[in-house]
Amino acid sequence: MKFILKFFENIRPQIQEGKKFYFLKSTVEAFETFFFVPNKTTRYGSHIRDYVDTKRYMFTVIIALIPPLLWGMFNVGYQYYNALGKDVSFLHMFFFGFTKVMPLIIVSYVSGLAIEFAFAQIRKHEVNEGFLVTGLLIPLILPVTTPLWIVSLATIFSIILCKEVYGGTGMNIFNPALIARAFIFFAYPSVITGDKVWIYGLKENIQKNIDSITSATPLANCALYKLQEIPDNLSLFFGLIPGSIGETSKLAILIGALILIYTNVANYRIIISVIIGGITASLLFNIINANPYMQISPLTHLLMGSFLFGAVYMATDPVTSAQTKTGKIIYGFLIGFFTILIRVANPAYPEGTMLSILLMNAFAPLIDYIVVHYHVKKREKRYFLLNNKNL
Amino acid sequence: MQKEVIKVKKGLNIPLEGEARKVIIDKVSKAKYISINFDSFSDFLPKLLVRPGDRVKVLSPIACDNYRQEIVIPSPVSGQVIDIIRGEKRRVLNIVIENDFYYEDDERIKNLKFYDDKDVLIKTGLWSFIRQRPFNIIAETNVEPKAIFISAFDTSPLSPDIDFILEDKVEYIQAGIDLLRKITNKKIFVGLKADKSSIFEDIKGIEKKYFEGPHPVGNVGIQIHHVCPIKKGEIVFTIRPEDLYIIGKFILEKKFDPFRIIAITGSQLLDRVYIKTILGAQLKSFIDESNIIGQNNRFISGNVLTGINVGYDGYLGYYDRMITVIPEGNYYEFFGWLLPSFKKYSPSRLFFSWFKKNKKYILDTNLHGGERPFIFSDVYEKVLPMQIIPIFLFKAAITKNIEQLEKLGIYEIVEEDIALCEYVCVSKIELQKLIRDALNYIRKEVKYV
Repeated sequence: MKFILKFFENIRPQIQEGKKFYFLKSTVEAFETFFFVPNKTTRYGSHIRDYVDTKRYMFTVIIALIPPLLWGMFNVGYQYYNALGKDVSFLHMFFFGFTKVMPLIIVSYVSGLAIEFAFAQIRKHEVNEGFLVTGLLIPLILPVTTPLWIVSLATIFSIILCKEVYGGTGMNIFNPALIARAFIFFAYPSVITGDKVWIYGLKENIQKNIDSITSATPLANCALYKLQEIPDNLSLFFGLIPGSIGETSKLAILIGALILIYTNVANYRIIISVIIGGITASLLFNIINANPYMQISPLTHLLMGSFLFGAVYMATDPVTSAQTKTGKIIYGFLIGFFTILIRVANPAYPEGTMLSILLMNAFAPLIDYIVVHYHVKKREKRYFLLNNKNL
Repeated sequence: MQKEVIKVKKGLNIPLEGEARKVIIDKVSKAKYISINFDSFSDFLPKLLVRPGDRVKVLSPIACDNYRQEIVIPSPVSGQVIDIIRGEKRRVLNIVIENDFYYEDDERIKNLKFYDDKDVLIKTGLWSFIRQRPFNIIAETNVEPKAIFISAFDTSPLSPDIDFILEDKVEYIQAGIDLLRKITNKKIFVGLKADKSSIFEDIKGIEKKYFEGPHPVGNVGIQIHHVCPIKKGEIVFTIRPEDLYIIGKFILEKKFDPFRIIAITGSQLLDRVYIKTILGAQLKSFIDESNIIGQNNRFISGNVLTGINVGYDGYLGYYDRMITVIPEGNYYEFFGWLLPSFKKYSPSRLFFSWFKKNKKYILDTNLHGGERPFIFSDVYEKVLPMQIIPIFLFKAAITKNIEQLEKLGIYEIVEEDIALCEYVCVSKIELQKLIRDALNYIRKEVKYV
């Protein structure tokens, strides 16, 4: 530990303004603060500060992402060997998935962090930790077959155009991970839609022995009204189904949700209201009952696709969600509602989570504006009430 | 009669190590150097009325507010002005007076005819003990407040027991209240702790309000918010019980009492006690060097959330009832943000301190992170027991949007009320400074009354 501190102390003079390695200043500082909490002390105001900082918050989100990540790795291997018809051990499957998922994660982190470091240097501020979460979320919401160059391109696109142009983490309007996915969704639709992309190796091996197997996700089957082909709720819950890497196991997502809610890192109001919104919409469709898709029960809707993953990890993004208590409830409810609406009423988009969260990201400030407006009215009422009573 | 209790749920009691035990030690005889610390006054530009070398007596005016020259700051002792300490742009920080221990009264005070009206307070400078909300400045002399508010208890970390400090001074406090009632016919509210008997119980002419809850419920601003919220154009006077005693004593005995009982607290002191000293005394005079643990400490006049870093050579603040000594945090910590630790206190559940409920902690001045934009906005609301949405107030303060600030309740807030928001802030933003700058800006731009 001492030698790392020494190392940073030695290079600190070299990275000051005007020196040779100035262009590395924010990068070096980012690594230094990664290893050591800096020796900065309070100047004005409160002399003591809470021990938590954004790093610890973001790291908690990463811990909460580990269960879906591990499950995703295993499931990639399981789906692959299942399609091949081979029976291999659990560890074998996991290792296969590991080798396929890790490159996606590495590419996303490297391309995103490079942009972050560069912008921090240009703007002369510290590197923000927000990307630590975004960089892991991006691979988790993609199919495992996504080409690496597309992952890199999408990450760079979203970090520059959806985050840095607004001023960095904390200032962005849209969730960067979802923008990366939306970029791929609209720019390279063949990479992320269809029934061949969700299982690794299906495209390449199709001529050989498994041409009868497709990897249609439950949602794709629904859109085609093939309700009998949706797995039962229990399999949907445990997640041995094709899908994006992180979304398949609802059990793993619930473990993550418990961590986030218990530590108060994610707002439980949003998670619960997203679920209530989804249930409301699917019950409404149950009542209308105009086509087979509308018959699907609310529970199956919650377990299908990325509904829960979106509710737990995406809708709760503290920056892009509404910031008032009431606003959060409205925001979450509408996300859940629109997700089901897009799913059922618009067969062109099998999954509505991404689009509905991005839509509500855009409306979050408006929701807050309205909530604050009523808050001010309530304050006025309270003023008259208390002053009449006490004066 | 069942007393009506205003229950406040939001807030936080920081379990800090170093409370003072209830023993008073007299250190008056050592208080050779006395200073008025101008950082104690909000939005106050001092204009000097004395020069180094001048002789002053008790209640001689030594400075006034440049923009409101009727407001003067009196000298608490008699002696000689020996130094004027200036900061950036030659702003006056301290006027240092060498105490001659005779406590001679100023002639002007001796010649006063009446001792019981507003003019006496203004002329003697005792008016400087009365402050006003909004802005937390020394009260305007030419306005009628809508109420006067006194908080009779302190909930800030390691705060002293006010009832203990003022134990046998009830009659003077009554005299102080009587004077306030002559100044204005508006109600005088006193905020009391619901579960504790107070010296104010038998005082006449006041309206008692009982409060219950964690810090910051002892802040007068929070109490005003729950009794008679302030709207634009309204002013509430506030005064501390200790200062009420000083005014009462002056009225009854025609003598200014420069002595103060304060608590010296904090984890870096061996013996934490109550001290009898003089208003504005040098810290050195009442904290013995042998009483201090370690070298690398911060000496705060006031509490850890709102006090001023004065240093061991510094002086007791004008309105402060305590000194807190805590360790400086200028060290590097290897993976401090990552490792679980049982020694660290955090109100969040991201460390393990929620595990041990009654443990006391030694906290230092490290920032524990770097400054970021607002990211996690949920944390502030939990420690601000007011009907105010803090995050939007802060954002309006950053953009200096006066109209929005007024709507969101800036006039009900001063920096001490949101000190806890600053403490819990994940993004390490200096919120107290932000709010103070916004208040000063509004005071400059808006004609308030």
